Amino acid sequence: MKRQWLRRSGLLLLALLLALPLYAALIAASHAPGDLLGRLPWLPGNRLLHNLRTVLGAGLPGSPSVLRMLGNSLVMALGIALGKLTLATLSAYAVVYFRFPLRHTAFVLILSSLMLPLEVRFYPTFQVSAGLHLLNSYGVLIVPLIASATATFLLRQFFASMPPSLLDAARMDGAGPMQFFLHSALPLARTPLAALFVLEFVYGWNQYLWPLLTTTDARYATVVMGMQGLINAGTSFALPRWDLVMTTALLALLPPLLVLLLAQRWFIRGLTDIEK
Amino acid sequence: MGGSRTAGEPLPGTWFRGRWLPWLLLAPQLLVIAVFFLWPTLRALRDAFYQGDAFGLSEEFVGLRHFAHTLGSAEYGHALLLTLAYALLTSALSLAGGFALAVAVEGLRSGRTLFRTLFLWPYALAPAISAALWVFLFRPQVGLGAGLLEHVGVHWNPALQAGQAQALVLATTVWQLLAYNFLFYGAALQSLPPSLLEAAALDGARGWRRVRDVIWPLLAPTTLFLVVTDLTFVLFDTFGLIDVLTQGGPDHATETLVYKLYEDAFRNFDQGAAAVQSLLLMLLVTGLGVLQLRLQRRRVPA
Repeated sequence: MKRQWLRRSGLLLLALLLALPLYAALIAASHAPGDLLGRLPWLPGNRLLHNLRTVLGAGLPGSPSVLRMLGNSLVMALGIALGKLTLATLSAYAVVYFRFPLRHTAFVLILSSLMLPLEVRFYPTFQVSAGLHLLNSYGVLIVPLIASATATFLLRQFFASMPPSLLDAARMDGAGPMQFFLHSALPLARTPLAALFVLEFVYGWNQYLWPLLTTTDARYATVVMGMQGLINAGTSFALPRWDLVMTTALLALLPPLLVLLLAQRWFIRGLTDIEK
Repeated sequence: MGGSRTAGEPLPGTWFRGRWLPWLLLAPQLLVIAVFFLWPTLRALRDAFYQGDAFGLSEEFVGLRHFAHTLGSAEYGHALLLTLAYALLTSALSLAGGFALAVAVEGLRSGRTLFRTLFLWPYALAPAISAALWVFLFRPQVGLGAGLLEHVGVHWNPALQAGQAQALVLATTVWQLLAYNFLFYGAALQSLPPSLLEAAALDGARGWRRVRDVIWPLLAPTTLFLVVTDLTFVLFDTFGLIDVLTQGGPDHATETLVYKLYEDAFRNFDQGAAAVQSLLLMLLVTGLGVLQLRLQRRRVPA
């Protein structure tokens, strides 16, 4: 028992140490810029709301509107998550519930896209997107990223494990393929779809390199890719504005963090299911 | 992956007939793959063998010249070695750390949920945002960590000191990866029979031996999976982290393969070199992917 308490204390100490980067950001975000020179205050100050208002209103001098960047990130993350789920669901349904020539080839082609993530083919993909005149648009932030081998694979497993009697019953009622899809398959896939949505939302929100390459127009900048510019803008003053830079960083990390924490319980359960 | 009850296919007769409907359903995803996956890959394959003139008006076939140039250059060799060392070191540290943390937390008799959250949350952060937090923490004159290092007599200046910049990138990467490894080891431990978890609850030499002899071997599949995913993450997904922390500097000291490709493509506008480096990265990631598939296949009992 005593040892359990010892272990708990050790773990707590370690957790606090690992949380230090976040805590320092919170300290900076809740003080005036002058308070951050020299030694960092130990406790949060009372300027968090003030700093939030400044960042979301006027923004950092010399950089695009933070509110707009947050909005762009939301559009990109939602677009990617919904796009991936839609495309993957349709593909998985076609592969499981139809028999047609080249069915297997189509599935293998989709899976093979998993082998080469965008991070290694960003250069030629950028060239193709530029050639198609797609740069600086919401389309280029979303469409090249919405093919999903992982989601297609997992949804195919799910559809294939649904009892065949479901389909027999639906057919007896005279349901066609699209009725069965909309009224049976899709509602039953709610749970895996929700789990995948969390994963893909975080994936989309956290993109850095792709938006950096494809959006030179500040109107399409996302908050994660804009972080580098925000740090440069914030530290270009005689009095560095770490208060505003860290407030923005907190705003940028909050949405995916909230999504993960809210979904944590069944997210882990989903992982244990996959592991089995 | 793959559940035990998934036979993979419904029984014969339980599917729809249709000639064009399945293709219509597949069309959106196949179209995206054709335009943004197949076409770019083929384009990189072709560009690697061609050299355009300065105005982009004409091209000539140059055979393996770009390959010879890239593979023979000292900078590429430097980036390759640096990337491998970086990937191996960060993967090893975060694997060991993630395993130890998961065993310690899952062996607690109460309060597991709280500690899971306390160690999991960095997982959700974008690498670039993690880097922004660490930039502030280790900014000379301002940062808490920088102040601490100065206090113990280190002349901290990662903008000029190569070793310090590398240490900063290493620490930030391990910090981020630790949460990921903790998550997967924790999930694997939770799926073990509860009686086995008791080994993890024991302290002292006896508990340690049982963890080493019983739990670690049982989690070998998870370790294999994590080795490949960790390496892939460090090799290919750390661009934002490095861009925010050090921009590859000072003097290329933190320039990984992906970062060098970015520099050659978008700063030096060297299309041939960029195409060759893209191909080499694709080969590397395909190799890791094949390795992962093989390891997973071996896990399925014959």
